Amino acid sequence: MKLSRADVEHIAELARLTLSDEEKALYQEQLSAILAYFEKLQELDTAVISPTATVLPLHSVMREDEPRPPTPREDILANAPAAEDGCFEVPAVLD
Amino acid sequence: MKLYELTIHEASERLAAGECTAVELTEAMLERIVAVDNDVKAYLTLTPEAALAQAQAADERRSQGENGPLLGIPLAIKDVLCTKGITTTCGSRILENFVPPYDATAVARLKAAGAVLLGKTNTDEFAMGSSTENSAYFTTHNPWDLTRVPGGSSGGSAAAVAADECLGALGTDTGGSVRQPAGLCGVVGLKPTYGRVSRYGLIAYASSLDQVGTLTKDVTDAALLLGAIAGHDPRDSTAIDAPAPDYNSGLQDNNGLAGTRVGVPQEYFIDGMQPEVEAAARAAVDVLADLGAEMHEVSLPHTEYALSVYYLIAPAEASANLARYDGVRYGLRVDESGDLIQTYKDTRGQGFGAEVKRRIMLGTYALSAGYYDAYYLKAQKVRTLIKGDFDAAFEQVDVIVAPTSPTTAFRIGEKADDPLQMYLSDVFTLSMNLAGNCGLSLPCGFDAAGLPIGLQIMGPPLGEEQVLRVAHAYERATEWHARRPEIMATDSMGE
Repeated sequence: MKLSRADVEHIAELARLTLSDEEKALYQEQLSAILAYFEKLQELDTAVISPTATVLPLHSVMREDEPRPPTPREDILANAPAAEDGCFEVPAVLD
Repeated sequence: MKLYELTIHEASERLAAGECTAVELTEAMLERIVAVDNDVKAYLTLTPEAALAQAQAADERRSQGENGPLLGIPLAIKDVLCTKGITTTCGSRILENFVPPYDATAVARLKAAGAVLLGKTNTDEFAMGSSTENSAYFTTHNPWDLTRVPGGSSGGSAAAVAADECLGALGTDTGGSVRQPAGLCGVVGLKPTYGRVSRYGLIAYASSLDQVGTLTKDVTDAALLLGAIAGHDPRDSTAIDAPAPDYNSGLQDNNGLAGTRVGVPQEYFIDGMQPEVEAAARAAVDVLADLGAEMHEVSLPHTEYALSVYYLIAPAEASANLARYDGVRYGLRVDESGDLIQTYKDTRGQGFGAEVKRRIMLGTYALSAGYYDAYYLKAQKVRTLIKGDFDAAFEQVDVIVAPTSPTTAFRIGEKADDPLQMYLSDVFTLSMNLAGNCGLSLPCGFDAAGLPIGLQIMGPPLGEEQVLRVAHAYERATEWHARRPEIMATDSMGE
């Protein structure tokens, strides 16, 4: 699988990553080589094989719905790049 | 013998006998760190004042009659595990100033047991790597040869243990990140069964594979640390709800390995591996046979597909897990545009390093419309086949032994520009995470350059006791674990 420059830019857009021109060129080459290596998987017929998402035989683990003290708001906001009035602050999304 | 050279269980005996205090032990560790860490560079953050306060508290607990194997024992924590009030970076610029408001469960359990936490150890960024070269801060150096990598991603923890900069450490293992650096640094690295240790507070890389593990100087210490951190946790729904056994009591019996069935997989002895690694692993197999184990050839026929499966599933999960780093709630924000979407992109573009971006790109692609079935779903199906290989093999044998990594420690920079070559360093460790098994690496020899070689002992899910028992029997029959590196400081290396 050979990725085009446009493929790389599309993936970067989906992943919300700003990439430099050098990074785009590097990832175009490296990801193409890695994807070519993965072609090996197509050797296997997996038509009747179920996928494994987790190795544990767990389903919908339940617990008692008991209120517990939350982490204090100021402790959470202490790590925020910007906060105001007890909220996270972000650039305006609406005019 | 210097205090910092002790194992956990030796130090614990001295503390119990009143031959030293936790404060003295901690001071010895801090002096050792000052002496060697400029060269080894195992630690990202040191917390000497907090460590001494914890040591003093441990001494007070002991003076009131308390005893316990970890009371007053100085340990190190990989910097992907949250530590309340102590910067936790994941080796990334994007979390350079992140101070968690809570402790990871594994860390909280060590603290409750009275352990002393010396600091946070270096890691490849978000645990993505096999050498610590992907750390945004610096590369850790292998104590056996400072021009070589310690392995990764838990390379800081492995090097800290090997260089006597802590008595033991926590690491994490998603595709070999505890076992491979343990092998390359000549220490014992244990990856428990998926779900055996809570992942609460372990900053997520690939959630279906991540597991907290231990790095120690010997097998007894691995059993002690595992016993302290294993067990159910209501904060992690994937933490197995089964009591943790007393892992150390199983090491006491001296009946050798009679009746133990040991499998040797032909697929783990491959062309291109370092001949000394193959020879050491085969010699270790002979030692186990001499100890009375029944040896069986086993086959894990889908081993050759594990690398591809891992590098689809882990990046796919990573691309989802790392979506949270958007510059809003914590970490770096690059806000030059005044536009929210552009702020996300610039924050992530500048905050993440090359390998993290590579894996996010790879995972995003594997999950994207039109490619999901061909890549991600295909990988999940082959994962079923790989797990099936192990399930079938563990019908015949109790443990499986193989080399930990195809080579000994490679030179810093040697594989840095070739991601596929770097990924191959984990070719013997990835399958176990995909299958959810447990296993460990312990020293089984040295190559001609004096670099340690690791032997991997793998067990079925919740098979930690049999893995530890076989490893302990091997360790008692050999002297490899007793060999220590002599750290040659850079200024005396003639460079």
